[in-house]
Amino acid sequence: MKRFLTFLCGTVLLAASGCGQASKPANQIEVWHWMTDRHEAFATLARQYEEQTGIKIKLELFAPSDTYTQKITAAAQANVLPDLYGILDKKSIVGAFIKAGLVADLTADFEANNAAWEKAMYPKALDVMRFSAGNIDEVKPGIYGAPLDVTNIQMVYNKELLKKAGITRVPATFDDFLAAIDALKRVGVAPFVSGFGEMWIVDCFASNYAFNIMGQDKVMATFRGEVKYTDPDWVKVLTIFKTLADRGAFIDGIVTKGNKYAEQDFALGRAAFAFNGSWCVNVYRDMNPDLDYGVASLPAMDQSRPVRSWGGAGSSLVVNGNSSNKDKAIAFLKWLTAKEQQAYFAETTNNLPANRDAGTAISPVLAEFSRLVEHTTHPSIWPLNEDPLVIEAFDKGIQAIIIGDKTPVEIAEQVQSVKERQMKKAAK
Amino acid sequence: MFSRADIRSSIKVTALDAGKNALFVLPAVVIFSTFYIYPFFELINLSLHQWPGIGPKTFVGLENFQELLSDKVWWLSMWHAAYITLIALVFQNALAFALALACDREIRGQKFYRVIFFIPPVLSEVVVGILWNWILNAGTQNGEHIGLLNYFLNATGLPQLVHSWLSDPKTALTCIAVVHSWKGFGWGFIMLLAGLQTIDRQLYEAARVDGAGSWRTFLNVTIPMMIPVIMVVVILTILGSMQVFVLILSLVNQGLVYHTEVPVTRILGSMQGTKQFGYACAQAVVFGAILVMVSFSFKKISNLAKQA
Repeated sequence: MKRFLTFLCGTVLLAASGCGQASKPANQIEVWHWMTDRHEAFATLARQYEEQTGIKIKLELFAPSDTYTQKITAAAQANVLPDLYGILDKKSIVGAFIKAGLVADLTADFEANNAAWEKAMYPKALDVMRFSAGNIDEVKPGIYGAPLDVTNIQMVYNKELLKKAGITRVPATFDDFLAAIDALKRVGVAPFVSGFGEMWIVDCFASNYAFNIMGQDKVMATFRGEVKYTDPDWVKVLTIFKTLADRGAFIDGIVTKGNKYAEQDFALGRAAFAFNGSWCVNVYRDMNPDLDYGVASLPAMDQSRPVRSWGGAGSSLVVNGNSSNKDKAIAFLKWLTAKEQQAYFAETTNNLPANRDAGTAISPVLAEFSRLVEHTTHPSIWPLNEDPLVIEAFDKGIQAIIIGDKTPVEIAEQVQSVKERQMKKAAK
Repeated sequence: MFSRADIRSSIKVTALDAGKNALFVLPAVVIFSTFYIYPFFELINLSLHQWPGIGPKTFVGLENFQELLSDKVWWLSMWHAAYITLIALVFQNALAFALALACDREIRGQKFYRVIFFIPPVLSEVVVGILWNWILNAGTQNGEHIGLLNYFLNATGLPQLVHSWLSDPKTALTCIAVVHSWKGFGWGFIMLLAGLQTIDRQLYEAARVDGAGSWRTFLNVTIPMMIPVIMVVVILTILGSMQVFVLILSLVNQGLVYHTEVPVTRILGSMQGTKQFGYACAQAVVFGAILVMVSFSFKKISNLAKQA
């Protein structure tokens, strides 16, 4: 009995002692990531690094990205984050992680040796993890993460289907786009598909047109509450969706379609145009290697301004500010973003590399995406972001317009009322 | 008679036993407290704060609950869950009962049917979502319907019924409820079949001797004897249906405007989408309280039915 009681007490004590953060091996770097499609390439590079340095890279995959975000949030609350991880969230949340000491400041490392590391990266990609002086999140200015790749979201088109409809030129203006939709419908082809069941894609599509129609300053003024959502320019943005829906541009069921299904539709030739990110090159190759397609910007409403699509760093990793292996983790991150590793990553995963010297290995379609990177923007680099509840009202409102539940004016009024409520709440 | 010393030693032994007993229970208490009691109180604590999920929390008292009272989308989501539950209660349980009755008889291939009917519940909700996404797909390719249902409707001369099932507010929620019922009826089937098999066969023979027909026997023997099992199935159906969400995410992603929102998707939306962890916890507290109330009400009804 005594022995059993001793065992019992020991078990309880062991369980209690296991609640804190266990010490980690000094020669091991723990990395948590979410990139299912890049895991193999990542694992190969990790093995190479171990052979070269003797430092073991413990790679753990948590997917999909929603699950990963939950895992990171829970680990941050319990202070059990790994040495290297990613924060797949809004910049304000990245800021909160930094202020909580959970992200190391990499500015000195990027600026060392005449800023060699910084100069090697695409500035747009680096900007996603950069906090400038006077940022609204009140984070100490600096660079807090390193990008692994670059993405941007554009319109892709099926060359064969366009040819079938007699379309010889990719539409550059919205009127051209409407004409192309009519031509495609005449030959029984669904004109446009995208994962509008996922709010971020709806938001991305709409904000591209908001920037095109009214410019960044007016969009930011709206976020500050100085311009109302009932402004004619915003109604014009919302009306785009009504025009496209009335014209029959959208594939059936677009409002509940996840991007994976939308990718399948485009890859199998069920729609002529799709709105998707540069990662699609890899996805389409797997689904239909013979797919003949090209890349273009969304057709502009206002020719005087460029259509600025979302883009920049696709995946970034940060170093745990509390890690006992911080320096080793930074060294590995530097190695991972060096030219040779980035070239391997780009070649095997069909993603745009974040290192500008590694761009030679990319495919022709990816090169088209790459050409459009200079016109990209991203909420992470905007001086301020809209309240999440307003974004939800706006994106859900767009869905309501597409299915004919509400008019653009009704949605504009609804969004404005949410905005005013949130502003009142913030003022309190 | 016991001496004082005997009594003292027996008290000592009892106290020692109690101490030992407590030690035996301790691991369970520690585990239960860590994983159930502490999270429960932490949930209530968080519901009184404003918190984006990381960083400092701001105490806001009952503000989250006040906001919840006037949150139309939240109450709409509650109604949607009730609608799905109602369909599951009627459609899913009626189907489960009918099939259990059929399998309770001496029929050929009884075991085969039991296995077949139990396949949907053991499938993952994501798999069921993918399967039904294909069945309900509204798309076409080269003029042919991709979705099985629309293809079937078209092939059987009913093209006017071809529909965008999951993207039309009139049909989306009903489709979700039907798929949920399809996935869930196997549980009810197994429990009801087990219940039917515990009914004493002599009762049926006695009813037959008294001249009762099939319908009268069903009403006066089967139903009264099955009431405890039916109540358990009803309570489990309510709890399962009110909390459905993986299937919804799998069928309609982040939802068709607010037409397919249910309480759990709202709670998830508040946590992941709008980063209002405190508000999400307030939603969870209210939703949990409602589920507890519903369960107790049905327990009470079940007791009354048993007495009757």
